Amino acid sequence: MQYLLLIYGKESDWTKLSAAEMAKMDQEYGAFTQSIAKSGHLRGGNQLDTISKATTVRMRDGKRLVTDGPFAETKEQLGGYYLVEAKDLDEAIGIAVRIPSVRSGSVEVRPIVPHEMPS
Amino acid sequence: MASSPATLVRGGPVNIDQVASEKVAIEKIYHEESARILATLIRLLGSFDLAEEATQEAFAAALEQWPRQGRPVNPRAWLVSTGRHKAVDLLRRRTRFENKREELQRLVAIEQQLALDPEDAILGGETLSDPMQRDDRLRLIFTCCHPALMIEAQVALTLRTLCGLATEEIAKAFLVPAPTMAQRLVRAKTKIKDACIPYRIPPNDELTERLTAVMLVVYLVFNEGYNAASGDVLIRRELCAEAIRLGRLLSELLPREAETRGLLALMLLHDSRRDARMSAEGEIILLEEQNRGLWNQEQIREGLALTEAALRSAPPGPYSVQAAIAAVHARAKTAEETDWAQIAALYDVLLRLQPSPVIELNRAVAIAMARGASEGIRLLNDLELKGELRGYHLLPAARGDLSRRLQQWESAAGAYRQALGLVSNDAERRFLARRLAEAESKMQ
Repeated sequence: MQYLLLIYGKESDWTKLSAAEMAKMDQEYGAFTQSIAKSGHLRGGNQLDTISKATTVRMRDGKRLVTDGPFAETKEQLGGYYLVEAKDLDEAIGIAVRIPSVRSGSVEVRPIVPHEMPS
Repeated sequence: MASSPATLVRGGPVNIDQVASEKVAIEKIYHEESARILATLIRLLGSFDLAEEATQEAFAAALEQWPRQGRPVNPRAWLVSTGRHKAVDLLRRRTRFENKREELQRLVAIEQQLALDPEDAILGGETLSDPMQRDDRLRLIFTCCHPALMIEAQVALTLRTLCGLATEEIAKAFLVPAPTMAQRLVRAKTKIKDACIPYRIPPNDELTERLTAVMLVVYLVFNEGYNAASGDVLIRRELCAEAIRLGRLLSELLPREAETRGLLALMLLHDSRRDARMSAEGEIILLEEQNRGLWNQEQIREGLALTEAALRSAPPGPYSVQAAIAAVHARAKTAEETDWAQIAALYDVLLRLQPSPVIELNRAVAIAMARGASEGIRLLNDLELKGELRGYHLLPAARGDLSRRLQQWESAAGAYRQALGLVSNDAERRFLARRLAEAESKMQ
């Protein structure tokens, strides 16, 4: 069973971090990522750039609508994700609570719907 | 089980009386054991819906076979085993027509498990000494009360699966339309399946956290049995017994959690009054008019001891405080001896722990009994202005009772009329109607 762990937090809080705090955060994320890779749970993951660099597109009546910014303005923003393999929701939750940002933001745990992928 | 045994029994000479008595016996087993059988089948089959179907089919098979072949030595093990094979048949029938990958995988898993067929798997490890592992219903209650489900869904699912309540009954108990409740149950079962919520008792480090939700559900089950939301049967002994049994298991399971003892004590102390709460004609008898000789002294003794044990651990939680309130009633030899000041003080504590308009209502009644009805009426009027209890029949019923004590018959009648417009339980409706008739006769 695969789960996507979506990491939400206040972007303004992240950008306020000092260089030392940032380095500490990087180190914590590095250690976490390594540990779930070692335990065989990690299937993928990335940090996302800030929403100021996000672009949203829609097609309406055959016309492209391109706008600046994220899909929705929310208090907490999607800042990154992990794709993990876990035996059940409890195991996925157990991994999610170890993500460093869970202490200040929140992590949404979403089961992946299995589909055949073209190889 | 809508089918009659006569239509189910095919072939062979069968004595009609024997069929009828066997049907009664099977219905009793259904009543007492179906939840436990369902819980075991959910574990063995890995699907709520499949287990529900398999349970029904197993009982249908019992109706057909037992009158002719005799009842098996261990009916529950027979029903679980039959349910398991019925599930395989059900899945085979489905996968024959369409290639459903999920059901095919489930079929393979069940068939592999059946090939191994450990007895212990069927009986749910009853022989194990660890109380945590002994009962599949405990596993089921922790899955039904998983925090990833909405609390309303947790309660509904537990009542549906562990207590066998109909969707309509649960809807009535929680004042929502039946289709809403049905949808809630479907959504919860779908999330358990698709998000892969495990079917197990949580590990030690998560137990305490998960326990709060479980205790709430157990208490709501007890209340459903104690004050059934509708119909003529005010007391559903099995539901109360079920909740008490689950409460007992929880308190055995977590001896360090004082609240499990508080909850068990609370349920025992309420249940001890069961035989005194209703007349032979099925009419409600209020606490102050009950024959206290009918109270179950064994339950009271156990309840009082548990309350004391729960209160010794500081700080006591809401169930322990409610048990302490029930204990004050249990200790009073007569209604007049009731220490209402103590009860009012305990409601103050409870209100701080767990602010709720229903507790405010109870507190107002206790204050009325301790300090006079007019003070209680003032508090009830304040509560009515807040509007949080709109639609709750016990608010006008309490106002009617206090007005009655003050012999203000006109306002008592008005309050009882209002309560009658809101009540759904037949026994309560008859009680309120009697009180209304009394007030109206005094008005003239």
